[in-house]
Amino acid sequence: MKWKGVVCCCLMILVLTAFPLLAQQSPAPAAPPASTASAATPEVPQAVTERLNQLEQKATSAQSSADNGWMLVSAALVLLMTGPGLALFYGGLVRQKNVLAIMMQSFSLMALITVLWALVGYSLCFGGSGPVIGNFEHAFLRGVGALPNADYAGTIPQTTFMIYQLMFAIITPALITGATAERMKFSGTVLFMTLWFLVVYAPMAHMVWGKGGFLNAAGGKFPTLDFAGGTVVHITSGVSALVCALFLGKRTGYPKQPMPPHSLVLSIIGACLLWVGWFGFNAGSALASNSLASSAFVATHFGAAAAAMGWSLAEWIKNGRASALGAISGAVAGLVAITPAAGFVGPMPALAIGFIAGVFCYWMVTRFKAMFGYDDALDAFGVHGAGGTVGALLTGVFAQAAFNPIFGAGKRVGGLDGRWGQVGNQLVGVLIAWGIALVGTIVLLKLVDLLTGLRVHEEHEIAGLDISLHGEEGYNLES
Amino acid sequence: MMKIEAIIQPSRFESVKEALLEIGVEGMTVTEVRGHGRQKGHTEVYRGREYTVDLLPKIKLEMVLADALVNRAVEAILKSAKTGKIGDGKIFISRIEEAIRIRNEERGEGAL
Repeated sequence: MKWKGVVCCCLMILVLTAFPLLAQQSPAPAAPPASTASAATPEVPQAVTERLNQLEQKATSAQSSADNGWMLVSAALVLLMTGPGLALFYGGLVRQKNVLAIMMQSFSLMALITVLWALVGYSLCFGGSGPVIGNFEHAFLRGVGALPNADYAGTIPQTTFMIYQLMFAIITPALITGATAERMKFSGTVLFMTLWFLVVYAPMAHMVWGKGGFLNAAGGKFPTLDFAGGTVVHITSGVSALVCALFLGKRTGYPKQPMPPHSLVLSIIGACLLWVGWFGFNAGSALASNSLASSAFVATHFGAAAAAMGWSLAEWIKNGRASALGAISGAVAGLVAITPAAGFVGPMPALAIGFIAGVFCYWMVTRFKAMFGYDDALDAFGVHGAGGTVGALLTGVFAQAAFNPIFGAGKRVGGLDGRWGQVGNQLVGVLIAWGIALVGTIVLLKLVDLLTGLRVHEEHEIAGLDISLHGEEGYNLES
Repeated sequence: MMKIEAIIQPSRFESVKEALLEIGVEGMTVTEVRGHGRQKGHTEVYRGREYTVDLLPKIKLEMVLADALVNRAVEAILKSAKTGKIGDGKIFISRIEEAIRIRNEERGEGAL
């Protein structure tokens, strides 16, 4: 009988605590009509106005809290893509003797780019309103605080917007390390990435996303649709990766000596973390916790799934087997391709974009790479450069005002809306991204080659970069 | 005293070990090795690149036995290790001059 007493007590407590809440709520709507009816003095409407203002403030603050919560989670998710996501994905694909070196590149970029971002990076990407690059308005994060920056995200503190955008700047150069894997010096990598971030990433991010940028979808001369970084992140990194692979030359022994991945288990864990982190990357790019974030979330997931199937199917037809590496590579290719489109397309086009990217990237890393014989060690170009380009162009085809009326209410957006000219705009954005990545990377590689050198000595390469560059080994299983 | 070295398929190891224990073999040394005889390796494909893996994982068993036990041990290995396919492995037998137990310096068959 004891428990009955406890239940009764709980119920009473619930009723007692709920009652004042209900009591507080009910008079609120009832009060104004009652008072306005009794006397139409000017004091009473003032009270109403005050109350309305308060309500409005509370609504704004509630929206800001919701948006800010989602954006902080998204920022953390995007960082998760670099470490551990990309670090594990790439780490598993290299040989055992280079596992620390490649993971260390991703990890050290988390630190390096963060410091650069705080000093000048954020300002160069999002300061001022120039057509090509930002300015020093926010250098040392001057003026970046709790107040929103209405030019970018009007409902969240600018601090949140700043930290969210930083995570994109971290993963972009980290993607390039897939092409330079197993043979590039650590010193050369650090210097190259520093310069690359300033010379290639910052202007590209400003042109596409920055206020006044000439590729900006909202008001730019060539409005390029790039929801979450198809051009800014994937084309720039992928194309730079190709240049790096060509400039550095092949790994010693490539392609005669076998260089199989040392742990696809690590790679699968990494790919899964990338997939999950990508929700922050794409759905977070709505910059609010709204229905656009939901539709970008769905498109992202569908793109990845269809691409994993596309790559696997192509491989199954070609080799008679569907491999685990193929499935995860396909998923990443799909995530890359859906990135520029995520906030502009519906779920069915997302499936189509993913599937096309999966098959195309499979062809790029197997046939195209073999035809030209360059050593893009972990296929940074084949997946990010190729997938990013296809995705950016298909965004122009599949974007619909029904999902994001970016050009204004009632205005058509992409090919499915009958506005095929957008594909041309996308092409301009793609060409600019290719151009800045090609030229910037060639110049910077030459410069870094003079200053620190790019490639490790052959004996270091053979001994492995873990021992020769970092003085450690990834696996000391006997100790 | 004879030494038996048997190189077998890893998948047969448990049944070989059991068969040897059953006939009274009291000790053995086991090593994971790689190698190939007439068995060809297999190919692995990573993003379209094919690799031939020709050194395959095997298990090597070593044991030194009293002469009386050798024939039964060989029979037990043959029975339990055979799958009938190429790659089942080999048995090598050699004569042993001397055996010494380190703990008490006992010599000969008594040391086994």
